[in-house]
Amino acid sequence: MENESSAHGLDFEAPIVELENRIAELRSFSESSEIDLSGQLEELEKKCEEKKKAIYSHLNPWQRVQIARHPQRPLTSDYLKGFVTDFMELHGDGAYRDDPAIVTGLGRIRGRKVMVVGHRKGKTNPEKVACNFGMPHPEGYRKAIKKMRLAEKFGIPIITFINTAGAFPGIQAEERGQAFVIAKNLQDMASLRVPVISIVIGEGGSGGAIGIGVADRILMMENSYYSVISPEGCAAILWKDASHAPRAAEILKLTSSDLSAFGIVDEVVEEPTGGAHREPMETIRRVEETILRHLDEISDIDPDIRKQQRFEKYMAIGRYADEQQQTIGDQG
Amino acid sequence: MSESTNRDQRPSRRRDMPSGLWTRCPGCTKMIYKSLVVERGNVCPECDFHFPISSDERIRTLCDPDSFVEFLGDLSPADPLDFVARRSYEERVRETREKTGLTEACIVGRATIGELPVVIGVSDSRFLMGSMGSVVGEKIARSIELAREEGSPFIFVSGSGGGARMDEGMFSLMQMAKTSAAIQRLHEAGGLFVSILTNPTMGGAMASFAALGDVILAEPKALIGFAGPTVIKQTINADLPEGFQSSEFNLEHGFIDRVVDRQEMRGTLIRLLAYFCQEA
Ligand SMILES: [Zn+2]
Repeated sequence: MENESSAHGLDFEAPIVELENRIAELRSFSESSEIDLSGQLEELEKKCEEKKKAIYSHLNPWQRVQIARHPQRPLTSDYLKGFVTDFMELHGDGAYRDDPAIVTGLGRIRGRKVMVVGHRKGKTNPEKVACNFGMPHPEGYRKAIKKMRLAEKFGIPIITFINTAGAFPGIQAEERGQAFVIAKNLQDMASLRVPVISIVIGEGGSGGAIGIGVADRILMMENSYYSVISPEGCAAILWKDASHAPRAAEILKLTSSDLSAFGIVDEVVEEPTGGAHREPMETIRRVEETILRHLDEISDIDPDIRKQQRFEKYMAIGRYADEQQQTIGDQG
Repeated sequence: MSESTNRDQRPSRRRDMPSGLWTRCPGCTKMIYKSLVVERGNVCPECDFHFPISSDERIRTLCDPDSFVEFLGDLSPADPLDFVARRSYEERVRETREKTGLTEACIVGRATIGELPVVIGVSDSRFLMGSMGSVVGEKIARSIELAREEGSPFIFVSGSGGGARMDEGMFSLMQMAKTSAAIQRLHEAGGLFVSILTNPTMGGAMASFAALGDVILAEPKALIGFAGPTVIKQTINADLPEGFQSSEFNLEHGFIDRVVDRQEMRGTLIRLLAYFCQEA
């Protein structure tokens, strides 16, 4: 019997999946035949663990992109189920349509009120189609900011889960002002006085990601990516060939460790060995813990100071040469 | 003082118009007498096609004569990603600088327009398609801050087919949030921002500061949008309607305030500035 993970196995994970399959077979044989194979099982499990460590401690950027897109990777809905209690979804942008590609609603994390905003990709095929594979239209971004303003009015902290290949590039999306709504979200999120925490849980696809991602704290899962352009899009521009995506992933410096080293990301949430898709429960627990810790850190700051600090955080991002140490004041 | 105030004395390397007395207009494909085009601000007299113009020339057409004083002209791109594809980012920047005489994809400074002091920036599509990396983001954000501190209106003329500059990765994407946050501060202080869109303004530039004008003006028939037409075509696997993502399309769908001919732009700006910034 083929187990679930091998059906979605990634090439570089094949040795792990193979060992996992052998363990599963042995265990079921041992159970059905009532023969004690615990010694062999233990040995195989140890081997599997070592293999996972070996492979997962040397992942290249393209492999991380693939893990970020893994079909069994926990989605926004899993984190919602995992640690947001009393969740009540609130639909709609108040203008055009309810975009299923973004989910918004009220809830609590360990009793604390939060407004949740996140990209929604869907699990089953019909769900995925309904969610447009997590690629929002303008109404999705409008819905997101509408609920954030509601949170602002009542002093409720905002948590955003980023997981999108990008804002949808289509005719209707342009007709309804994709660029304009994303811009508006960037501006309005800078105005919020409530705490805002964003976490990239899978794909951080360019403008579609940052459109709900202006935050006091920017967190990333270890095997997520955040990029100005998709590796495929980058490869298509540079080499006129999307199959060079692995090379593009390398040069774009889109991994959590790159972005943490750049000072763009505040904290990287370490995933269990073998990736979030192997141990979703443990992953969800770690994310909850990290979000709560950051929420604690920023909740006591005076709202105006917090807003000022958020502004300064973004003003400080950028690398350039300034040989003359120019300031505008010098210009007289 | 380190800025280059008189940009007019730099060697002119404009390549927008082919040399010779006649030129073929990309808009109507007719052969047009060139001096007629130049006379009309590089606009085709037959079909109103707006030829691309340099940032220097844009400043000349919008600001009071000799009023523009550039600042932050010395900021130049670093290469935080050590970005090397077919050629390195460093090499491309060096080459572009030599070819255009520009240090980056936009210039910013103080000027007067109709005798009113403004902070103004203009992107230049000759420099890596007018794309936004750290320098462009920094120049724009700091200009906006200056406008806020001095109580001057902020004007930016966008022209970026490149959007957020790929070569600087996430640093470029973050400039979207940075420039938009600066606009928010200007907004809270009651400052005026007039955003002028020219052909093309797309991607990360359009999905941030350029879309956030209190008043948004566009030159006719400019390409304005989020995703490039090629990407959209590939994604939906269908042809795009005529005039899709044009200035007129954006006007029709309610995203910009006015479509303004190049020759009318200065006059329109003067009217807006006078209206919003003068008591009577
Ligand atoms: Zn023409």
